[in-house]
Amino acid sequence: MSEPIKTDVLIIGAGPCGLFAVFELGLLDMKAHLVDILDKIGGQCAELYPEKPIYDIPAVPYITGQGLCEALLTQIKPFGATFHLQEMVQTIEKIGDPQFRVTTDRGQVFEAKIIVVAAGGGSFQPKRPPIPGIEAYEGTSVFYAVRQMEAFRGKRILIVGGGDSALDWTLNLAPIASHLTLLHRRGEFRAAPDSVNKMMALVGEGKIDLVLGQVSELRGEGGRIAQAVVKRNDGSHFEIACDALLPFFGLTMKLGPVAEWGMAMKDGEYILVDTATFESSVPGIFAIGDINWYPGKLKLILSGFHEAALMAQKAHRYVYPDKRLVFQYTTSSTSLQKKLGVA
Amino acid sequence: MPKITYIDFQGTARTVEGEIGSTVMETAIKNAIPGIEAECGGACACATCHVHVDEAWRASVGDPSPMEEDMLDFGYDVRPNSRLSCQIKVTAELEGLVVRTPERQA
Repeated sequence: MSEPIKTDVLIIGAGPCGLFAVFELGLLDMKAHLVDILDKIGGQCAELYPEKPIYDIPAVPYITGQGLCEALLTQIKPFGATFHLQEMVQTIEKIGDPQFRVTTDRGQVFEAKIIVVAAGGGSFQPKRPPIPGIEAYEGTSVFYAVRQMEAFRGKRILIVGGGDSALDWTLNLAPIASHLTLLHRRGEFRAAPDSVNKMMALVGEGKIDLVLGQVSELRGEGGRIAQAVVKRNDGSHFEIACDALLPFFGLTMKLGPVAEWGMAMKDGEYILVDTATFESSVPGIFAIGDINWYPGKLKLILSGFHEAALMAQKAHRYVYPDKRLVFQYTTSSTSLQKKLGVA
Repeated sequence: MPKITYIDFQGTARTVEGEIGSTVMETAIKNAIPGIEAECGGACACATCHVHVDEAWRASVGDPSPMEEDMLDFGYDVRPNSRLSCQIKVTAELEGLVVRTPERQA
C-alpha cells in the first residue's frame, strides 16, 4: 500500500461538475485530487453521449458531451488537479474537524480536509446482459472484465458484444484460448473499424468463429457454464459449448458505497444538501451535481456549476479558517488573473 | 390524435391516443402503459423502451437508424421488427399502429 496522499480537497467523480469544482476551488487557492471509476475524464458526458449535442450550457448554443469535457479541462488547467482513474472510493473515515481518511478499491489512501461528492448517477459498472439466470455463473464462468489474461489460457471462450471492449478482448484472447467465438446480434459493429478488420481477418484464417445471434439461455451446473443457447435472427436455436462467457453490454450507473458514508439521503438515492453551501449532513462533505437533492433541484449541468461555486465558498472556511475570504471577480482581480495565468 | 395499440407479453391490448409530434414512447409513459421503461428519458441512450412493431406496420414505421441499432445491441429479445419507441414519431399515417412490448426490458 502506498503512502497516503494529503490534499485540501478530494473530489469523488470527474464528470463536468467535478471538473468545474476544480476551477472554483482553485480560484480560492484550494488544491484537489479527483477519483473516478472510468478510464477517462468526463463522467456521463464522456461515457454516454460524447458525440451528442448539448444546447443548454449558458452562453454555449451548441456543444457535444466530449467538447464540454475538453473545454472544462482547458479551463481548469491552471490549477494542476491530479486524476486517479479506474479507481473507486470505498470508505470514508472522519479523522479531524473536518478531515477525512479516504480509501479506494486499489488501496490508495487520501487524507483530505474536505470531500466533494460529484458522483452523478453513481459509478459506472458493467451492465448485466438480459440473459435469464446469468447471476448463477458470475465470477465463476461469467466475467464482465478481464483482470488476468492468463486465467483464460486454454479455455473455450464465448465473447458477446459489438463494441470496442468485445473486439479488443477478442483480439487479445484469441491467441491463448483453446477456442474463441464472438457472438453479436448483427453483422455491423460499433467498434473501431480497425479492430473489426483485424477480427474479420482472424475469422478468415479460421482462428476464431463469428456467430450472429443472441444468447437466450445458459446451461451448466454449480456455477460452471457448459453451453450457451443462441437464438439466430431467423428464430432457430443452436448451442455453443464454452468454459467462459465474457458479455460486454455497456456500462450502467450504480450508487455503490455513497449511501454508506453517514450522510442523510433522500429515498436512499440522493445526498441531501443545504442550498447555501451544498454541504451534506456531515460537516466537511459536500455534494454537487446529479448526486444531490434539495427542494427545486434540477439535474442540469448548469445547476451543478452553480452548486460548485457556492461549495467552494464554504470549503474555503474549512481549509483556511484563519483567512478572510474577499469576494472577487475574475474580470477585475489581478490576483485571480495571476492564478489563471492570464495576468 | 392517432390511436396506438400496445400489446403486452401476456397478450393484453391497450389502445390510447397519441399526440402528433410526440413519440410512441412518450405516449406510452403518459398513459401508464406497462412494459416500457424509458430509463434515459428518450435520448436514444438505453434500450428500455424497446418494442416489436406489428408486421403490418413495419413499412410505415421504418427501420432503426444506425444510432438506434447501436442501442438495440443492448436490448432483450431483439428481432428484425424491433424499434426503440422513443425514436418513432407519432404521425397521422400511424393511425391504428400496433406494437408489442417484449417479455422484459434490458
